[in-house]
Order: sequence, then C-alpha cells, then structure tokens
Amino acid sequence: MARVVLPQALAPRAGGLLEHEVEGRNVRALLAALDARFPGLGAELEGRVAVAIDGEIYNDPLLEAVEPDSEVHFLPRVGGG
Amino acid sequence: MSEEKKFRWVGTRPIRPDGIDKVTGRANYGADFALPDMLWGKVLRSPHAHARIQSIDLERAKALAGVHAVMTAEDLPDLFAEAAKSNGGHDGFNDLAHNVMARGRVLYHGHAIAAVAATSSAIASQALELIDVEYEPLPHVLDIASAIASDATLVHEDRVTQGVEGAGLSNVANRVQLGHGDPAEGFDLADEVIEREFTTRPVHQGYIEPHACLAQTTPDGRVTLWSSSQGHFMVRDYTAKLLDIDLSLVKVIPAEIGGGFGGKTTVYLEPLAVVLSRKSGRSVKMVMSREEVFRASGPTLGTRIKLKLGATSEGVFTAGEATLHYEGGAFGGSSVMAGCMTIFAPYAFPHVRSTGYDVMVNKPKGAAYRAPGAPMAAFALETVIDEMAERLEVDPVDLRLRNAAKEGTLASFGPRYRRVGCVETLEALRDHPHYSAPLGPHQGRGVAVGFWFNAGLQSSAGVNLNPDGTVTVLSGNPDIGGSRASLALMTAEEFGIEYERVEVVIADTQSIGYTDVTGGSRVTFATGMAVIEAAADVRRQLCERAAVVWEVDAERVVWEDGEARLKGESDQAPLTLAELAQNAGRTGGPISGRAALTARGVGMGFGAHICDVEVDPETGRVEVIRYTAVQDAGRAIHPSYVEGQMQGGAVQGIGWALNEEYVFDSDGKLENPGFLDYRIPVASDVPMIDTVIVEVPNPKHPYGVRGVGEVPIVAPIPAVVNAVYAATGVRFRDLPLSPPKVLAGLDGESAA
Repeated sequence: MARVVLPQALAPRAGGLLEHEVEGRNVRALLAALDARFPGLGAELEGRVAVAIDGEIYNDPLLEAVEPDSEVHFLPRVGGG
Repeated sequence: MSEEKKFRWVGTRPIRPDGIDKVTGRANYGADFALPDMLWGKVLRSPHAHARIQSIDLERAKALAGVHAVMTAEDLPDLFAEAAKSNGGHDGFNDLAHNVMARGRVLYHGHAIAAVAATSSAIASQALELIDVEYEPLPHVLDIASAIASDATLVHEDRVTQGVEGAGLSNVANRVQLGHGDPAEGFDLADEVIEREFTTRPVHQGYIEPHACLAQTTPDGRVTLWSSSQGHFMVRDYTAKLLDIDLSLVKVIPAEIGGGFGGKTTVYLEPLAVVLSRKSGRSVKMVMSREEVFRASGPTLGTRIKLKLGATSEGVFTAGEATLHYEGGAFGGSSVMAGCMTIFAPYAFPHVRSTGYDVMVNKPKGAAYRAPGAPMAAFALETVIDEMAERLEVDPVDLRLRNAAKEGTLASFGPRYRRVGCVETLEALRDHPHYSAPLGPHQGRGVAVGFWFNAGLQSSAGVNLNPDGTVTVLSGNPDIGGSRASLALMTAEEFGIEYERVEVVIADTQSIGYTDVTGGSRVTFATGMAVIEAAADVRRQLCERAAVVWEVDAERVVWEDGEARLKGESDQAPLTLAELAQNAGRTGGPISGRAALTARGVGMGFGAHICDVEVDPETGRVEVIRYTAVQDAGRAIHPSYVEGQMQGGAVQGIGWALNEEYVFDSDGKLENPGFLDYRIPVASDVPMIDTVIVEVPNPKHPYGVRGVGEVPIVAPIPAVVNAVYAATGVRFRDLPLSPPKVLAGLDGESAA
C-alpha cells in the first residue's frame, strides 16, 4: 500500500493523522479510498491540491500511477510569476 | 535523457528573431494597436482607502459631447456572490470581478468605480470629472499588525479564515501550515538557536509597459481583444468568465509584452473595454497611466516573518520554524503559501514547520511577482544562516553545503527531492574566484541560496512544414524572455536544419490550442516539450513520405542529420527535409504536426549568489560593487537568455533590497506612484552581473531543461543584506536598506 501524507490543515479531517497507508493504483483510486475511509476528504482534495508521487510533483493529478511502495504527498498548488 | 547527447543548436547563442523589431520600435505592444472607429476608455478611481459607495451619478458625464459610453459595476454580471457566500466569503472570480470594478464599497485608494469611453483621451478624462460619487468613508487597515488585531476594522464584513476550524470573521483570509517532525524536539538537540523577525514592504514588479488593451465587439456577441499580457488564453478565459461569454466567441490577439514578472497574469482593463465597446458600438482602447499601474494594479505586498533556526556545534541543522504573515491586499490571495513552502526548501531539516497567514489590508489586490513569496522567505532564512555561520565560526558556504538538499532529502514542503543541483550550485559558487577575492575598506561580501519549484502546466504547439523546407512553429505563449529563440533552437535541433529556417509565431487564441501563461518559469520547459513532440510528429510523417517515394515500409526509414535515410545497405540517396516538403502535395498533402500536453517532470531550480557592497559611512548609501549569480539551469537552450534571466532577477532583487518600497500615507494613499519616486535600479546603478550556469540535467526533459526565470530573484535580498552586515557589522532586518535606515543603523539607532 502507498504511504500517503496529507497537508497539515487536513489532518483533523483524517482522524488527526497526517500519514496513512492507502491502496490504489492511481491518484483517483487513492482519493476514492481516502474518501471511503474519511467521508468528504477525497472531494476536499480532488481538483484542489497538487500531488507529489515519489518526489515528482503533478499540479493537476488524476490518473497518475501509484506503486505499492510509493510515497504520495498532497501539497498546495504553486504556479509562479 | 543521455548525458552524452551531442547538440548542434542547443546551447548556442543566435540572435533572437524578435530582437530587431524590439530595438527599432517596430514591435507592437499593447498600446500600439488602433482601429478606425476607436474610442478611448478611462477609469474613475477611488480617492478613499475604504468607503461605502452611496451613489454614483453618471448623467453629467453622459451628457458631455464626445462621450459614447459610461459604465459602473451595475453593467457587469454579478455571477459569483453565491459561490463566495458558500465558501466563507472567498471566491477567486468574485474577488476578480470586484477588483476590476468596485461593487458597494471601495477597498483601496485607486479601486475602479466607473469607466467612460469617448472620442478622445482628453474628453474621457473630462468626463471622469463629471461623474458624481457620494462616499461614506470607513476606517481602514494598512498593515499586518493592525489587520490581525482582535478589534481590527474588517476589510470584508463576511469573510472567515480558511484553514481554521470554527474561525470567525477576520482579516486573515487563510492560515496554512507545512512541515514534518517536531521542531521543539529539534531545538532541544541544537547547540545554537537563533530567532529573528523580518519585515518587507510592498514592491512593484517594475515592468515598463503599462497595462493596455483594445476591444472590438460585434452585435452578434463576438469579442476581439488586442492585449498585452503574460497569457492571452488567461485574458480570454478571465474576461469571458467575468462577462459570462462563451470562450469560442472571444478572440485574444497577443501584443508584444514590455515586461510582466507575474504582474500581467490577471486582467484589469479588458472586461471594462468590452463592456464599453458593447455599450457604444465602437471599439475601445484603454491604457493605464503609470500612476494607475502603481495605484491599482497588483504589486507584491508587505510581509512579516519570524524565523527560528537550530544547529549543532558541528553545523548540522536540527530544526527550523517560521511564522509568516503576508499582506494579500484588499482581497487576500497573497503568496504566503509559497513562502511557507520555499522558506526551508534548500536544506535538509529533520524537524521543520512553517505557518502562514494571508492577511487582507486596504491596499491594491496583490499579484504574482517572480517566484512569488520566496524572496522574502529567503531574506529571513539566509540571513539567519549567515548569523549562525558566524556564531559557529564556520564558512557560510560550508555551512550551507553541510545541510544542502540533495536527491532523497525530505523537502520541507513534503516530498523527497529527485535529482537537484543545490550542492553543485554551491560548489560552483565556492570555487568561483569572486568568493575569495580581496575586499577593501567599508566593503563586505554576502552569499545566499535561492529555490523555486518551476511549473509545468498546459501547452500546445504546432509545427507546419512549408513547401520551401522552412518551418513555422506556432506557440501560445507571449515571448518575454526569448522563447521564440529557444523554441526555434529546439526545432532546428529536432530536424537537423539551420536555426534561420525556423520561424516562431505567437498565435492568437483561435489559432493554437490552449496554453497556460508565460509564467512559473515554464515556457522553455513545457512549451518546449510540446514543440519537441510536435516536431517528432512531423519527423514521423517525413519518414512516411520518404517511404512512399521509395516504395518501402515506413519502418525502414530513419531521420538523421536533417534527412530521411533508408536503414541498412542502400543505394537510395537520402531525401532532405526541403525535398520532402517540396513534394508533399504529391505524397499525401501538407505536412504539419501538433502537440498538446500537460508538462510533467518539472525540474526544481537552485541558485546561489555572491554580492560585494561598499557602504558609505557618511551617507549610508550602499553600492553593489561586484555580483555573481550561479544557477542550475538543467540544460541552457540559449545560454545568453538564461544569463539574461539571472542578471535581471539579480537586479530586481538588489532593488528590492536597497531601494524599492511603496510609501502609503496614513489615509492609504500611495505617495510614490511613479518611477521617479519609486526607484528601481537602472544599468548605471549596478555592476555587470557575472553569471555561472551549472547544468545538472533534468532527467525528465528530453534536453534536461529546468525552468530558470524565477530562481534568480530569490537569493539577491539576503546576499545584499549579508554583504552589508559584513561591511558594517550591523544586521538589518527591515527592507529596504535605504541610506537613512543604514545610517541610523551605523549610528546604533535601530540596528536590527
């Protein structure tokens, strides 16, 4: 299962924990699994945050592959100037 | 990507295709367009920092001969109020709509409240004076301390803090927190702990060209806009959204852009020009005066940062903790999140936390400015590191190298770094002759590191092969930093043809697929990736056409050195791109390729700067006498334009450190709305900025490109401030280091 790290602001919505072991072969599946565990959390994350899968940042993720040993961080989106 | 890949064009320095037009004045910028039926639009702006609009009487203005249209917020659809209401008062498009034209209340001095279109600029100005507005002035807040006080006047009466459970009404639009580990535990492990507070003032991006547009509308609802911006698709989308128009009915034609630096990633005039055009039935041109640019467009605003750093006696960082307050202007939306994400990013920390507050004040709505939020954050961290190095009696570059982020380091903003060039950049700085050059009296040297993410986002590209063998490339990104040249170089590289055979066109919104703004250091990386893909599409077609000519399977044809060749032993003479292009009509028709992608694999960027200053003990004037910028570019496609980015960023940062600040009076009126009183550095103020390009290729880009446009503005502020400390023995923590402030510091009046 992938190791998922949430933004600190969302920890209260996820049992007070930042880190979770989640099953899913892509970002959408991870979000669905998180949502099943913590109703509403998936919707909170989807379309609003970027994700880093094993260090690579995706600003607008959906079907990016997640490996069973992946480290997945949800983080704020950053554009630039 | 192969490290050994040999390039013919990538890494060379040809003249930019748009250069002659730009230096001879032939290039058309936003204000250069005109139509035969054109009217001039002008905006009436608030004389109050905060007031309720009790009434607006337009009748006298309408009656003036030559006036064809007058508008207020009543002429704009109110589309986003419900969305804002259901989200604690916050909605980005609601903010944008209320920023382009005040509705109910004015929230800063200079806030637009009405606009007119008339046959001449003079008549439009006269008409503005005939608009009668009654205001009920309200109390205002202008700084962070006042805005976050428990009894603060509210900029908005309906906004609660996002990111805080159960928050009430507040001027704090948002609270964010990032980090890992437990800073308290980390500080317990430290032998030395330093905690300091820093403040910065609002500064302008310093683009020379004011905001400008020309709008033409038709009775059947079509809109054409000529506009100077960092992204004509952004102008199309924002204008259409605010006015509730189908995107297909809005065509935006990009003008050349005279600087943006983040400040032209939003709209101010375009929706107003469209409404005035619709009301008058004529085309309408609007150009901000310099004063309007300062009073009403978005700067980056003031900040207050408290930072604590812990280290062992061996110089290993044990913990970092920072609290960042960033002003977002009248609507919030500051860059504090990026400040939180970047502040500790260049180093490894076992325990780190940053907490950010986005604070609303009665100042113009803030806008992006080159690596938004990062320079102020670097000012705090990199000057504290300098102090820590002194306390630990270690070389400041060595201290940074001991802690520098590398592949596998857990970044303070979340993930583990992939391949990054922080260490290589610092080593190049340390080994540069500048770092060990002697200094004279009253002189000092400072160093600092800067980090920025760089962006990918969406890009489209088209590659059309012309019958004479030349190539036309279509891009959807306004060319700010030389992207025509870099895209042409990559195209020439892909085909194996001469650079001069490639012409890059910045296509309008109806002629190329969607493309995100020229911003986030993304164009050479992301649009470059699209161009490479589109060229590959054309190459594949060229091989197919050669196969048709030779009557062989396409798999037997390969593209090498600018020509199609038959694999293996063959007597067939190769077919050049020009030959295949000439015969395209007989082998299947015109040849063109396209690509549209969301660019993945962004390579993060690090820079390290050395600054030498001389401080005049009599006047407090700081002169930068030598400056070297080092940066990991991944791969420099056109090294001159990479160096240009590094030099430009360095000079902007020097200005931010030494000169630049918005000065508001107690009524919230900007006192220095022009480049005479808001002093940005000019060429004679700074030495030649030396540059060193480090190339740690981004493994995720075909050529190894990392974005380079924003990193260079991050390190200069702390590099300058550390140099001033080295020269004077005084640590300054409030920008800018203007002569009176430096003199007071030298006199011991306000050190720190």
